[in-house]
Amino acid sequence: MADVALRPNRAAAQTARKRSSLHNALRRKSTVAFLMALPLILLIATLVIYPAFYALHLATLNKSMSRFVGLGNFEFLFKRETFWLVVQQSCIFAITAVIFKAVLGFIIAHFVHNIPAKGQRKWRGMLLVPWVIPPAMSTLAWLWLFDPSYSAFNYTLSFFGIGPIPWTGDAYWARFSVILVNIWVGAPFFMIMYLAALKSVPEQLYEAAAIDGANWWQRIWYVTLPMMRNIIAITTLFSLIVTFANFDIVRILTAGGPLDHTHIFATWAFRIGIEGSDIPLGASVSLFMVPILAVAAIFILRDISKRGNEA
Amino acid sequence: MSTVTIDKAGPTRKAKYGSISRDRAWALRWSYFFLVIFAIFFLTPPVYMLITSLKSSAEISAATNPWWVFHPTLENYIALLTSNQFLRFFWNSAIVSIFVVTITMLISVPAAFALSRMRFWGSATLATGVFLTYLIPETLLFIPLFKMFAVIGDWTGIQLINRWYVLLILYPTLTVPFCTWIMIGYFASIPKELDEAAVIDGASWIQTLTRIFIPVAFPGIIAATIFAFTVSWAQFLYPLVFTTSTDQLVMPVGIITTLIKGDVFNWGQIMTGALLGAAPPLIIYAFLMDYYIAGLTAGATKG
Repeated sequence: MADVALRPNRAAAQTARKRSSLHNALRRKSTVAFLMALPLILLIATLVIYPAFYALHLATLNKSMSRFVGLGNFEFLFKRETFWLVVQQSCIFAITAVIFKAVLGFIIAHFVHNIPAKGQRKWRGMLLVPWVIPPAMSTLAWLWLFDPSYSAFNYTLSFFGIGPIPWTGDAYWARFSVILVNIWVGAPFFMIMYLAALKSVPEQLYEAAAIDGANWWQRIWYVTLPMMRNIIAITTLFSLIVTFANFDIVRILTAGGPLDHTHIFATWAFRIGIEGSDIPLGASVSLFMVPILAVAAIFILRDISKRGNEA
Repeated sequence: MSTVTIDKAGPTRKAKYGSISRDRAWALRWSYFFLVIFAIFFLTPPVYMLITSLKSSAEISAATNPWWVFHPTLENYIALLTSNQFLRFFWNSAIVSIFVVTITMLISVPAAFALSRMRFWGSATLATGVFLTYLIPETLLFIPLFKMFAVIGDWTGIQLINRWYVLLILYPTLTVPFCTWIMIGYFASIPKELDEAAVIDGASWIQTLTRIFIPVAFPGIIAATIFAFTVSWAQFLYPLVFTTSTDQLVMPVGIITTLIKGDVFNWGQIMTGALLGAAPPLIIYAFLMDYYIAGLTAGATKG
């Protein structure tokens, strides 16, 4: 636009020419655009879509991958007790962790939002640290905190007369531990998303509510929550997908033990498919993540499709 | 709260205002109180990593107060930083991450530009497709990809499994959809007049991208770069599945498979390794926190 502004006397004469060049540019546009997006299309097609369907194919083969067995692998899985343990644990793990992450994130976001703006940056920075550290590394720290004989938690608890807790050795405590670590890793993400949402709620709404005599609880229920509904829904669904498909925390903390009680789909698929070299059965196990992913994706898409259409 | 003065109940006005400010003071105190508790919960593991990394193995097994270092020593750091194996892991991680970030940007910046500005057949579907791809977790794809690469190795003799560079093919499946998605958002926020003017002035699409979009959307591009880096630095499943020889491993897998030997846990070294493995993302975050947070909240992130 700068050029045109500099030469106003020639602008009119050039208009016609510009219009035709714009027209040409628009005609070439779609080809150029397609070429620009081509690497992305190839990547998604060969390394995401193809393997996803290949997994379906693999799931119908026998262990040595020489024979088609149809739904044989699934039949086999349904008869195994471990499979049902994994289904149960995956659901407990994902649902409990996501609920706690969401509630904790919401509470912390409120506290950060409450304090004066100039101090918020510091707290935000500190509270987001668990999210920044690679989970494989921070889970090692938790493993050491949970260590039964030398570790910090049991040492500290012993001062309160609470006996050594078998954090990763007992089925129930191990379940508790993996969920706790997952909450620790994921709650900061909710905190930061909710904090961004809270900042976008107009202050006048709270003032109006305060004048109308709304108490603290009513302000949250009738102002904050409705204004944050979309972001809460999307963040929760995202987190549900990622938590359901979690691998590193469970793998490092308990490796599925004790007695397969903490295995979730991903870790059990790894155990069977890679460590146990039964690729078809492993593929069948990981396919059980698809229904929950699909349901969550449909709900997220409904909210996001607006943005997709604008693009 | 100037609106409070509208209140007709004159005499009670002052008391009411006072109670509101008193409420606020208490809310502030409670906020700080709980924030301190949450900060302790969130920072205990990293602080404990640091404490343990400064202890000798003798002090760790002496079972003294685990929350304090009585005889700080750098022996764990020296042991790791002079070990060829550990430096190898660090080097592998660094080179994989740098390459992945470059590949990701080369693929996703033009793609995001095309998808946010230029309509072509199926572009809207593709934008949604990118988003859906981003929702497919790596834990669903690692088995078929493993088998695929094994088959490629059998057919063509190109050995991909157990080579660090296989990660350069795998990581972009995680980083590209996400980076494309957040950059579509950033690019969409750039006023249309800006690039229309450039096209009228005779700029080609490539020039429009490099001279206008990249400079204007630079904060978004930095955020995407940081994410691509942190995702590839932290990835654990793919290297665990696709690499096994110790000279091909990246940091997280290297630390876990080599420092943990059977039932013998050398916790001093493990914690030092974990801290060094966490350091690069933490350092980047310390300097570029605002970009990181902007990227997190820009649209869609894994949580």
